[in-house]
Amino acid sequence: MTSIITRRKLTFGAAAASTLPLLGRGASAQSPLGVGFVYVGPIGDHGYTWTHDQGRLAIEKEYGSKIKTSFLENVAEGPDAARAIRQLAQAGNQLIFTTSFGFMNPTIQVAKQFPKIHFEHATGYMRAPNVATYNARFYEGRAVIGTIAGHMSKSGQAGYVASFPIPEVVMGINAFHLAARKVNPNFKTKVVWCSTWYDPAKEADAAKALIDQGADMITQHTDSAAPLQAAEQRGVYAFGQASDMKAFAPKAHLSAIVDDWSGYYIKRVKETMDGNWKTGDVWGGIKEGFVKLAPYNDAVTPEARKAADAIRDGIASGKLHPFTGELKDQKGEVRVKAGEHASDEMLSKMDWYVDGVQA
Amino acid sequence: MTSAILVSIVMTLVAASTPLLLAALGELVAEKTGVLNLGVEGMMLCGAVAGFAVAFSTGSTGLGLLAAALAGMAASMVFAVLALSLAANQVATGLALTIFGIGASSLIGAGFVGRTIPRLGPVFPPALSEHPWLRMIFGHDILVYLSLALVLGVSLFLRRTRPGLILRAVGENDASAHAIGYPVIAIRYAAVAFGGALAGLGGAYFSLALTPMWAERLTAGRGWIALALVVFSAWKPGRLLLGAYLFGAVMTLELQAKAAGISWLAPEVLAMAPYLATVAVLTMMSLGRRSGRLDAPACLGKPFSAS
Repeated sequence: MTSIITRRKLTFGAAAASTLPLLGRGASAQSPLGVGFVYVGPIGDHGYTWTHDQGRLAIEKEYGSKIKTSFLENVAEGPDAARAIRQLAQAGNQLIFTTSFGFMNPTIQVAKQFPKIHFEHATGYMRAPNVATYNARFYEGRAVIGTIAGHMSKSGQAGYVASFPIPEVVMGINAFHLAARKVNPNFKTKVVWCSTWYDPAKEADAAKALIDQGADMITQHTDSAAPLQAAEQRGVYAFGQASDMKAFAPKAHLSAIVDDWSGYYIKRVKETMDGNWKTGDVWGGIKEGFVKLAPYNDAVTPEARKAADAIRDGIASGKLHPFTGELKDQKGEVRVKAGEHASDEMLSKMDWYVDGVQA
Repeated sequence: MTSAILVSIVMTLVAASTPLLLAALGELVAEKTGVLNLGVEGMMLCGAVAGFAVAFSTGSTGLGLLAAALAGMAASMVFAVLALSLAANQVATGLALTIFGIGASSLIGAGFVGRTIPRLGPVFPPALSEHPWLRMIFGHDILVYLSLALVLGVSLFLRRTRPGLILRAVGENDASAHAIGYPVIAIRYAAVAFGGALAGLGGAYFSLALTPMWAERLTAGRGWIALALVVFSAWKPGRLLLGAYLFGAVMTLELQAKAAGISWLAPEVLAMAPYLATVAVLTMMSLGRRSGRLDAPACLGKPFSAS
């Protein structure tokens, strides 16, 4: 525990940028809206937390001196988080984003004590009059990269470096595989569970093991860029996770699923400023701009590009759903009937694999 | 095809074992003088970040390795001043060093996140290092060969040389060593510094060779495994080599088994395998002797003050 406390840095985001103009203004000026963020990881992870912090920077850019942001990073999930959230609430923030699943109960708990402050909890399901939830449909991005993998793979095998078999990860694996299988009916997706979100050396070794077993496309649901580096070293292709990771693997990096929270944060700040903020649950995907694709590598063939764009646009327009039936699980049982598509409820509880996944 | 996989597994196994071997060997020498430094993970992280920062800034991997060894040594000196000169509790000081190392490395490394450098390459020319199967022997980087040479060197030093004998005497009976005129604290300082340097190199193996990048907590707990390996080895360098490679092998094979689709084993069981192996070996070793001491140096963890 001590390590977390000593490592936590209370940083007033872009303090110079947002408070300096403030000092120059008269006392009559309206005080800026305080917006606080609680992060589970370091903003320097170049992954999940980094993308949330990009969202914070985006609202600063958008509203300038009208707002003042602050954040707490490396906050451990669990009871300790309540203290961090309360700290931000007491510091006068009017809108507080708590960005990890494990902050759910602490957020609800603190929100009860501060009924006038608006809270936003990412990836959770518990709401209150002053607590909203939001999440991104990452599986939509996985359908796009799966399409690229289907076109680009020579061996017809992808290696999936995964963390834990939770619904979020399982639906990602299925979405990727279904898209690849649509291109190549014999496509195989092999999964290696690392039992961790973050262990670069292990993630790299998992990627190597998958490459040894014949995979020539590596994709991942863990947090470091290590699998991409392994792919680069072995001369196969790979996809980035959470942010554009091309710098780590200039040749191997075909594209990446990029999380973009900026639009949502800008909207919610505006609603708070205007007094229109309401609780709710938003699950945004490609259409809402929550999920984006990093620019394709030059190695991506025109054919693959075209197919991937078509999937992306189809999902964005709502014409295409990555989980459209008929879908059977590995025992042959029909899970989604022909012509129908999986409901959000089914996705959020997904615990079965489609045929052809080796997990 | 299968032989290619075998060669690849050996390459991965050696790479996975090397940082464990380096860090554990340094700790072994420190523990032989009676000092229990639980700060291995912290020292590894200091080495990892310093190695990356210097290699990135200067473009020289060699300088990076040097910086890593020095950074690990510097971190170990923080421990040494507290635990040896001021006779603070070694366990508490070591834990503090780990926590300090995690924090210091993330602070120093903040500016290097998202950057990458060329991987530490093999020592031998491509004719040997890229040969389909000779690369099992000649395809490794300098730290692999260095770690193996150090095992031999440390083993000979401890068993066959006079300074090695003195070092062991300090760990077995500090009061007697002091009484016959050996500088107990100075010898312990030297051993802790050596341990720090090797832990720094072990950490740099992550940031320069395995995953050439810096990210917070890059070593992900390997320092603790290195500590366990020292006990596993019963403080014998040869057995430490065996232990480190056994551990590396289990870690590698666990992932290979999953990739090969061996599904009758639950992934959780495979993830436990390296630790189960450790427990099993420790149990067998303990059963093999009457005392449960496992040959630990008699003064391990006890502060010494000359009086």
